[in-house]
Amino acid sequence: MRIAFLADVHANLEALTACLEHADRAGASRCVFLGDLVGYGADPGPVLALVRTLVARGGKAVLGNHDQAVVLGPTPQMNPEAREVIGWTRARLSADDLAFLAGLPLSAEEGPRLYVHANAWDPGRWEYITSPFDAGRSMRATRCRTTYCGHMHTPALYHLGGDGRPGAFVPTPGTPIPLGPQRRWLAIPGSVGQSRDGNPAACYALLDDATDALTFQRIPYDDEAPRRKILEAGLPLSFNVRPEASR
Amino acid sequence: MSAGRRPPRLPGAAIDGYVLEEKLHQGSMAEIWLVRRPDLAGPLVMKIPSFRDDDDPASLVGFEVEQMILPTLSGVHVPRFLASGDWSVQPYIVMERIGGPSLRARLADAPLDPGEVASIGARIAAALHAVHGQHVIHLDVKPSNVMFRPDGTGVLVDFGLSRHDRLPDLLAEQFRLPIGTGPYISPEQIAQIRNDPRSDLFSLGVVLYYFATGERPFGNPSSIRGLRQRLYRDPVPPRARHRHCPPWLQEVILRCLEVSPADRYETAAQLAFDLRHPDQVALTERAERRTRSGPLTVLRRRLRRIGEEPDLRRSAEEQISRSPIVAVALDLEQGSEALSEALRMAARRVLQTLPGARLACLTVLKTSRIGMDSSMVDAQGRSIRMQRLVELQHWARPLGLGVGRVTHHVLEAPDPAGAILDFARTNHVDHVVIGSRGSSTLRRYLGSVSSQVVAEATGTVTVVKASPEREASEAAPS
Repeated sequence: MRIAFLADVHANLEALTACLEHADRAGASRCVFLGDLVGYGADPGPVLALVRTLVARGGKAVLGNHDQAVVLGPTPQMNPEAREVIGWTRARLSADDLAFLAGLPLSAEEGPRLYVHANAWDPGRWEYITSPFDAGRSMRATRCRTTYCGHMHTPALYHLGGDGRPGAFVPTPGTPIPLGPQRRWLAIPGSVGQSRDGNPAACYALLDDATDALTFQRIPYDDEAPRRKILEAGLPLSFNVRPEASR
Repeated sequence: MSAGRRPPRLPGAAIDGYVLEEKLHQGSMAEIWLVRRPDLAGPLVMKIPSFRDDDDPASLVGFEVEQMILPTLSGVHVPRFLASGDWSVQPYIVMERIGGPSLRARLADAPLDPGEVASIGARIAAALHAVHGQHVIHLDVKPSNVMFRPDGTGVLVDFGLSRHDRLPDLLAEQFRLPIGTGPYISPEQIAQIRNDPRSDLFSLGVVLYYFATGERPFGNPSSIRGLRQRLYRDPVPPRARHRHCPPWLQEVILRCLEVSPADRYETAAQLAFDLRHPDQVALTERAERRTRSGPLTVLRRRLRRIGEEPDLRRSAEEQISRSPIVAVALDLEQGSEALSEALRMAARRVLQTLPGARLACLTVLKTSRIGMDSSMVDAQGRSIRMQRLVELQHWARPLGLGVGRVTHHVLEAPDPAGAILDFARTNHVDHVVIGSRGSSTLRRYLGSVSSQVVAEATGTVTVVKASPEREASEAAPS
């Protein structure tokens, strides 16, 4: 079976649709959403409608900090742009959408796999994994052999062997990487809706659970459209949404 | 030491349906068994890691690395991968058994005849090029890791220390000591740099040195200090050790053994090319060297290395893609001046963007298909051949390519397209540049050399045409 891992969609319908179409062609039969379904983007309602359908069909989703903020109100660490969007987003969601977000778990285990938005050592404090050291801390904090995270928007793969020294790897899109059973792995597929590495293409990852081979993907889509919608909605065009404008 | 050793495996035992027939090899890190499985075509071998209580972590991770990398490789230059065993039960790798001998069996025969050294070297280099082209750097090239198929094709085995451009390098982060085999390890591997395919060319240089002289260029050091010697101290030139070593072979070997990868061959294909064309090896000061460098030079090398930074972006893929072998096929009998100029322009464009590229200039001297004019070829052919060679050099001169970047080849064959294709195949040519003359009714019926080359080549082909106006003005009487 093939599983698509989608993180940090951030209410970007065009990016999500492009990834789902690609995953469908690649034979994915399940989707796992790694948090931050909303925030920044102007399509929270349609994105949640799509995600709720996929979760109802056997998918999984965990809670992200933006999702939580929409339910509970913004956290103090959140940047001003994000806070502004939170209220706007909440006003556009149905009671069912809000209930769906409120019901998302901080983490979920499925056999050897852990799904969590930020990290395994304290999922609710939303600390980032920015180094092999952090990744090692997270991998040691779970009994699961593989961890799938969001929160960091740039794709990365970490591993931990018997000697306890974690390694980091920058994946090449389209190359299947066998997640060998003799070590622990932590995969960050990268953000679907808001890439931050200068390449506007959407990120997601595809796992073949029969061979435990994980393929990171970069999917080009019409990234002008979500940008236009954000401007039309009067939302702040986050510097992150438009990498070329940030310089 | 042997406290935790498992009871020995015996012939007749079965693992996952594979019946162990005979233990072929017992190494320090693994045993190799001849195995058979009724539903699979053989012969097959199974590699089983030797676990002990005092497990060498490198051997465990090495096995993990090989299980990861071998399945990604294909082609005649590697053993075909069949299956991998689950670590929770019994780790193993099942692969095709290579029918021929290991190069290790020839160690006692050194020094070998220079022609044989070159042939062995070219076949290993061809195998390395095939593996580098699949994003993998072997990083443990030595006689026991080289085998030959019954037809002589070189095969690389044991990918336990290898690195794949696009897969995590499990060994890089794990060990603080150099990973490799003492006599063969490259200077950059000693400095823990694992992303340069030219490291394999250094190790192959050590192999060639040994087979050319019967001695190892850097001995067999066991300490890090001993290993580091090769960063400053150049080896005794092969000709000083064995007087039958010709200058061209010394040139090739010492170029492989250069401390800085940038001073070696750019690619294994370029090395294979020189080993297959000894008469085309550009001889430099290396070829004539009789002694090792003096203490001042050694000191200078030591100082130069301080503060050197590795290039993290390097990879097998990047190194190969910027150092192709380009072949230009010229028709010196019927080609026009305009076309020859257009070809030079096309070659210049390719070479300008790729400083590591090499250019092979070809022309085909048509011989009779049935060979009845052989006496004429003997009497006259040699001078025609020489004339063509001079013309090729003349054509290439305006390109201003440095020593070693350009070679010239007069091929003799009845069928020009076949000769060009054959040359491209045996010499790992990446890109063929060929001219096509203006259309004629006759050619449309018979087919042209360039169209046959385009149809059958395995690499890129650029077909160059001169502008019709230029061709016409040349054809018109002045």
